Amino acid sequence: MAAPRIGVFICHCGTNIGGIVNVPEVVEYAKRLPYVVHAEANMYTCSEEGISSIKHAIKEHNLNRVVVASCTPRTHQPLFRNACADAGLNPYLFEFVNIREHCSWIHMQNRREATEKAKELVKMGIAKARWLEAQQEFESDVYPAAMVIGGGVAGMSAALNLANQGFEVHLVEKQPELGGRLLKLNRIFTINKDPSELVQSIVKAVEGHSKIKLHMPAVVKAVSGYIGNFDVSIDEDGQETSFKVGVIIVATGAQALEPKLYGYGKLDNVLTQLGLEQRLKDGELGKFQNVVMINCVGARIPERLYCSRLCCMTAIKNAALMKEINSKAKVYVLHRDLMTYGVEFEEYYRKAKEAGVRFIRYTLSNPPKVVGRKRVKAVKVYDELMDMEVELPCDLLVLATPLIPNDDNAELSRILKVPIGDGGFFLEAHVKLRPVEFAMDGIYVAGSCRWPADIRESITQGYAAASEAVIPLRRGLVKVEAITATVDQKICKGCGTCVLVCPFDAIELKESKIRGLEGKIVSEVNAALCKGCGLCAAACPNRAIQQRGFTDMQLLSMVNALSGKR
Amino acid sequence: MAKKSVLVIGGGIAGIQSSLDLANMGFQVYLVEKTPSIGGRMSQLDKTFPTNDCSMCILAPKMIEASRHPNIRLLTYSEVEDVSGSSGSFRAKIRKKARYVDEEKCTGCGNCEAKCPWKVDSEFQMGLGKRGVIYLPFAQAIPRVATIDKEHCVYFLRGKCRACEKFCDAQAIDFDQQDEIIEVDVDAIILASGFDLYDPSGLEEYGYGKIKNVITAMQYERMISASGPTEGHLKRPSDGATPKSLAFIQCVGSRDTRHKLYCSSVCCMHATKEAILANEHYPELKSYIFYTDMRAVGKRFREYIARAEQDYKVTYIRSRPSKITENPDNGNPVVWYEETTTRTRTSMEVDMAVLCQALIPSGSTKEISDKLHLSLNDYQFINIPDRLFHPVDTEIPGIFACGFCQEPQDIPDSVVQASAAAARAAEFMSRED
Repeated sequence: MAAPRIGVFICHCGTNIGGIVNVPEVVEYAKRLPYVVHAEANMYTCSEEGISSIKHAIKEHNLNRVVVASCTPRTHQPLFRNACADAGLNPYLFEFVNIREHCSWIHMQNRREATEKAKELVKMGIAKARWLEAQQEFESDVYPAAMVIGGGVAGMSAALNLANQGFEVHLVEKQPELGGRLLKLNRIFTINKDPSELVQSIVKAVEGHSKIKLHMPAVVKAVSGYIGNFDVSIDEDGQETSFKVGVIIVATGAQALEPKLYGYGKLDNVLTQLGLEQRLKDGELGKFQNVVMINCVGARIPERLYCSRLCCMTAIKNAALMKEINSKAKVYVLHRDLMTYGVEFEEYYRKAKEAGVRFIRYTLSNPPKVVGRKRVKAVKVYDELMDMEVELPCDLLVLATPLIPNDDNAELSRILKVPIGDGGFFLEAHVKLRPVEFAMDGIYVAGSCRWPADIRESITQGYAAASEAVIPLRRGLVKVEAITATVDQKICKGCGTCVLVCPFDAIELKESKIRGLEGKIVSEVNAALCKGCGLCAAACPNRAIQQRGFTDMQLLSMVNALSGKR
Repeated sequence: MAKKSVLVIGGGIAGIQSSLDLANMGFQVYLVEKTPSIGGRMSQLDKTFPTNDCSMCILAPKMIEASRHPNIRLLTYSEVEDVSGSSGSFRAKIRKKARYVDEEKCTGCGNCEAKCPWKVDSEFQMGLGKRGVIYLPFAQAIPRVATIDKEHCVYFLRGKCRACEKFCDAQAIDFDQQDEIIEVDVDAIILASGFDLYDPSGLEEYGYGKIKNVITAMQYERMISASGPTEGHLKRPSDGATPKSLAFIQCVGSRDTRHKLYCSSVCCMHATKEAILANEHYPELKSYIFYTDMRAVGKRFREYIARAEQDYKVTYIRSRPSKITENPDNGNPVVWYEETTTRTRTSMEVDMAVLCQALIPSGSTKEISDKLHLSLNDYQFINIPDRLFHPVDTEIPGIFACGFCQEPQDIPDSVVQASAAAARAAEFMSRED
């Protein structure tokens, strides 16, 4: 190994770091550390100027290690690694030190100490960098097919988009028919049409598509593999079927909460909004004169804090429809805030008011009360604007309840090894900028299984997920993570501890193929499956497993640097 | 067969996302941006709700990825002049405006701006700071190339100066540079022309432009941002003092029959974020948010509001203030309102008031829609004929629209729509094969 020649780049990040940490002082400090041949400060190392100065320094100072002390590898590691690669340096000879989230942002009140801490963090990064090794990323083929889980509008839109781009799609739907939650609706906002015909046109396109293979009713039983090479097995109507895909889109939707409030299930004229739609669809609603709707039933309460996004619009839609069916009816919507965001929704709300629907705000501390023993006769509500309690006669009470996660999300999360976030909805890779991707490569998410979404939003997300999923399909090749575990089979005793702890089924016990060890049972890591989580390296009782990029030598040299040992 | 190609109009987060998706799929992308740098409105924001991620920090890697992608040709400081052809075979004429700086030679060192003797209000800093007449719009601008603002350049106006030329070590200044016309043939077009800010001076009752300590939310973003004119310190325009209390006024021009009828979708949340940030900077500072409906419909938004109330001294008051006056003794804005929960008419004196103004389709949305023969809706947003089932398809096959130019929406929704537009464009181009 050539002697290390380390270049250090310390970022001001405007005033994010520079306003707290004395950056020039850290640069001077770094210059005096072993193997450092160049150190400089940048206003923004991530700017074009910063990147070109890294590339320039690699050439000018013949650097074979680069350390950037700035923000977080989560957003910026690929950028700096690419800069190294552009200048001809193996990208794994780059080390990231976080002096923003781990230092300046949390020590704003202690500038002196923040500067000292930044120096120590930089020292540790440099100590590790000395032991970095070049790694090879290997490329793997992408099997040109996709699996879409969920046959609602989000899943169908994704499937059609991929199929129309020429890729084979396996569409797996739990129910015996396509259409999802939309099938249960009587009419849809804001166009006020019966959805059946519209859904049928999509369903027909899906069913008639030569590239789409429908599996229905079917559930996913097991998935193994990695981006480009997933092996899937499903239970299709009692039969086990398996197939191979390159990418997976999760679009399994959500369910409406069945409430335990306001006499639902006990009093016979209390319905949920979905129940009302079912009655209207079946023509079984009967006559009504006084309709009261209550919003946020089971939502925005301490045990379920979130707003379900689309229930206000559903209530407005059905309230206006009640007026349309019986113009003499009195229709009240009791709400907490009306979520008619944007252009169309606000207009829809305004039109409902013009049509005679009345809106009254209530607060959680003073919720509406139902009057009546067998049937609801009236609803009492404190009207903030009038500062008095009003009693509204009522022969039909309709409750808007939130969408809640499907019961089988946890099972699917386990099979696919994708995370679930707060409240039980699937957790995307980044809430702002990667809304339809999972952190796990090759798996994407769309629609209400991620967060309550209306039809338009679900379709948009279906397309968006397809946009991300089609990238590896079109490329045909993907790069596989190079930071993986390796086993020293000479030391390995074949105890199998690593096999037990590996969450990705990436390790197997096998007979060694290494000369001199033939026949010995040892563990072997499948690098394509390994995600580099490090569990096996920590668990190995014989220290036979090392994690590339996080070897014992690298980590201990950081600790020693901090404690003053060399 | 030649690589199929797409014209993306608008270099904000939506345009960048569409471009990256299509480029990664293997299509050739021409990304046209009117201003000197890509980045759009997101580059002006300090943090983003509900994670308080630094906006520029999550945007910059995408900007750089777009600039170094072999399949993306960036055309900044450029405008689409004319588009001809039809469905699936368009020819676009793009005017690449003269920067009077050689892009190849300029190193972006910033020397020229430092030496430029003339300063004008910075658009990026919302008029709260100055920039040189030759300038880089912001520190992380891409491309990192200076631009001479011809309209204000004394050399162009009076024939004397050329200071920038003297100090440019790279000899990149070129006063003779001409606009360039670039023609490209494309198979699809994505429109992502973004939003502008509604001028709140039309709402005279709030005193914007008259009361110094009444500012807009976008000005506030620049003030609280570390890269802003006050380097992240809140300073009252009247006396530079640090405010101890803030009032945020929601629906300024939105949901208003005299102005814009629609809801601008993002203001409830950005006000909440701005109030949280104020308290993070000054732990004693209190904020009051005057709202109509608290529209917190996105993922983790309600939790964010709960945190604002519990941990960051933010109080929500359901009321639409009738007017703001100024206390002549100290320059404090006085917010007059009815406390709807108690039905009392009252007033509150604060150190600074922030108007959350309506967001409107950008001026260029109108211009470009004419050139593309697309119609606009009543509010000048791009008309989407079947918004429900074809949410990013415009009236013309092969032309798609995403982000704020079709409806107010937050960053994740814009990103989702941008990817959706890319998917639809890719599907459209495949169908022709």
